[in-house]
Amino acid sequence: MDLLNAFVALANFVLIPATAYGAQLALGALGVTLIYGILRFSNFAHGDTMAFGAMVTVLFTWWFQSMGISFGPLPTALLALPFGILGCIGLVLFTDRVVYKFYRAQKAKPVILVIVSMGVMFIMNGLTRFIIGPDDQRFADGERFIVSVRSFKEMTGLSEGLAIRTTQGITVVTAVVVVAALFWFLNRTRTGKSMRAYSDNEDLALLSGINPERVVMVTWIIVATLATIAGVLYGLDKTFKPFVYFQLLLPIFAAAIVGGLGNPLGAIAGGFVIAFSEVTVTYAWKKVLVYAMPERLEPDGLVQLLSTDYKFAVSFVILLIVLIFKPTGLFKGQSV
Amino acid sequence: MSDTLRNSIYFALVAVLIIGTGILQSWNSALFILNMGLISAIMALGVNLQWGFAGLFNVGIMGFVALGGLATVLVSMPPVEGAWSAGGMRILAGLTLGIMSIVSTILVFKRMDAGRKRTIVMLGVLLIGFFAFRAVFDGGVEAVEAINPANAGNIGGLGLPVLLAWPIGGVFAAGAAWIIGKTALGLRSDYLAIATLGIAEIVIAVMKNEDWMARGVKNVIGLPRPVPYEIDLQNSAEFVAKANAYGIDPVTASTLWVKLLYAGLFAVVLLVLFAMAQAALKSPWGRMMRAIRDNEVASEAMGKDVTARHLQIFILGSAICGIAGAMITTLDGQLTPTSYQPLRFTFLVWLMVIVGGSGNNLGAVLGGFVIWFFWVQVEPMGLAFLTLITSGMAEGSAFKAHLLDSAAHMRLLTMGIILLCVLRFSPRGLIPEK
Repeated sequence: MDLLNAFVALANFVLIPATAYGAQLALGALGVTLIYGILRFSNFAHGDTMAFGAMVTVLFTWWFQSMGISFGPLPTALLALPFGILGCIGLVLFTDRVVYKFYRAQKAKPVILVIVSMGVMFIMNGLTRFIIGPDDQRFADGERFIVSVRSFKEMTGLSEGLAIRTTQGITVVTAVVVVAALFWFLNRTRTGKSMRAYSDNEDLALLSGINPERVVMVTWIIVATLATIAGVLYGLDKTFKPFVYFQLLLPIFAAAIVGGLGNPLGAIAGGFVIAFSEVTVTYAWKKVLVYAMPERLEPDGLVQLLSTDYKFAVSFVILLIVLIFKPTGLFKGQSV
Repeated sequence: MSDTLRNSIYFALVAVLIIGTGILQSWNSALFILNMGLISAIMALGVNLQWGFAGLFNVGIMGFVALGGLATVLVSMPPVEGAWSAGGMRILAGLTLGIMSIVSTILVFKRMDAGRKRTIVMLGVLLIGFFAFRAVFDGGVEAVEAINPANAGNIGGLGLPVLLAWPIGGVFAAGAAWIIGKTALGLRSDYLAIATLGIAEIVIAVMKNEDWMARGVKNVIGLPRPVPYEIDLQNSAEFVAKANAYGIDPVTASTLWVKLLYAGLFAVVLLVLFAMAQAALKSPWGRMMRAIRDNEVASEAMGKDVTARHLQIFILGSAICGIAGAMITTLDGQLTPTSYQPLRFTFLVWLMVIVGGSGNNLGAVLGGFVIWFFWVQVEPMGLAFLTLITSGMAEGSAFKAHLLDSAAHMRLLTMGIILLCVLRFSPRGLIPEK
């Protein structure tokens, strides 16, 4: 029995990856939840908005790399990020003007807006594939590890190593900063308050002189920013591939619904719930158990509950459970 | 212009397009478009049932279609020798255990009083059930997958006639639809969309990874056919004599004849389903459905059980998609789980229904043909278009090469733009609902 090593293995393979993944999901789910709260529909184009923003960032990163600009030990993508955000904001505001505005004026049913967002999803997906192609793209550079396995072993003298990748560190730090800024904006500024008022009760908000078009525009700008950041972080941490972002849609929606659609705090909690369950259910526990259990109880198999190919099934099952037992989500979201 | 005249003109135009393909390109590709057009029309009928009649938004059509394809393999392939004795029974026992543990969890939930005790008992039953399931199931899977993995490694099918797989494909899809509908219907409309999106991804994941079932990504090829093989036709003296009498080369004639036979089979299915959908639409049941769609609150006040009716029509529509999926796999003669793309099997069908006219069965059928035709033809058209705009650019420039390479992705863009334009400027479609 060796609980210290067991904990290190647990941290290395479960806690750290799940935290990074959870932060990425939380940022994605925040975007979905904001659109739902203000514009009142589930935005199926969100995954591809992330892909588009990340793509612009990737292109700028390559350009900077070709000019020899780098960000020291940090990935160059962080320098390119503001340009990616700007590109994404441009596209999103353009689609709002050309596509969504018409249905808003008509007061169309939410389900129509969902279908429309599917159309937008395919156009954005097509654009992304048209410009950068459907394949994997690598754009991460800079220092790879904050703590590498070897240096950790030397430092602590344990037999089990622990690695923290730079991208994981950046993901968590960025997510904390972004979320803090978002909540400061929503709770303290006049525009943020008007957004919350509009989300709570549209008619009352309009009566008190809030300009709906302005609220909608600010929402789209925030959503594009969040989507680009989430997309770039995910791409840095794993890999950039347009189709992957479409598949992320399911865990992101699951996170938003688990937390309660329309509730920003819930979106963050939901992101971590989904990420941690996905990683714990698909992780092969053998290594941890070998350390943690007395020798004669050591398991023979991998002790993997589900193969990693089924990680989407995990978010789906959680989604079903929440829909059956608590359709409003853990934190009270908007209507059922 | 009367409705009948207008509709006849639309269908005549489709016929002209397909015949034109036959004359300009080849009759084989024309018949291919016709066959897939017939199947697409069936899928569109199913989705029209859900969306047009009841206003239910299903984003998981791909999953139901894939289940139909799976049924084809499980019904029509000959059983793999020794698979059943090696581990087939054990797999079945494992699956039964899994289902039993879920059922008993549900029973516990229903019978016991709410509280912490119930939660603990439920979790306990689920956990014990899960480990029992894995213990029995995994051994069976290993045993089956070990049998001749290069060619088989799966359980095989029942060896029944392939036509039987079509209704069974519908049953498979209906089963999946029941699970989804039971949980997500009765909540907000968006939730059904998200739940169906999820089930589609999971069905595909299961089909890719459960090799014992249908060989996963190793694909199943050589499915039995309901029509004769080309090579047999070419060897039959009678057929060759007939082909020569018509002045067609026997090889071409055999491929055309096989495709025509398929077209006949598909047309029969389409006509039967169309007649049924029309009858349903005109019946009191159809009127009730549309009443529910247009005003749920009022229908509920009239004593209609909205959720139950929604569940009913959701299952029916999904079953039709399952039948169509089985037909596609039969036509292809193989099951390739990787070929199931959401764009091709979910989004395209939506486009068919919306362009054709949601709520109108004839419109759905028309949309099926029209959109399928453009789906096939957009790629060459996109390439031609890009060749045209890049013709002024310098030879060998990277930008030009990139544009030409990207022609394949024009489909996504074009289809998205068509959907948005139709929704905005002609939301009722080509043949509007009466």
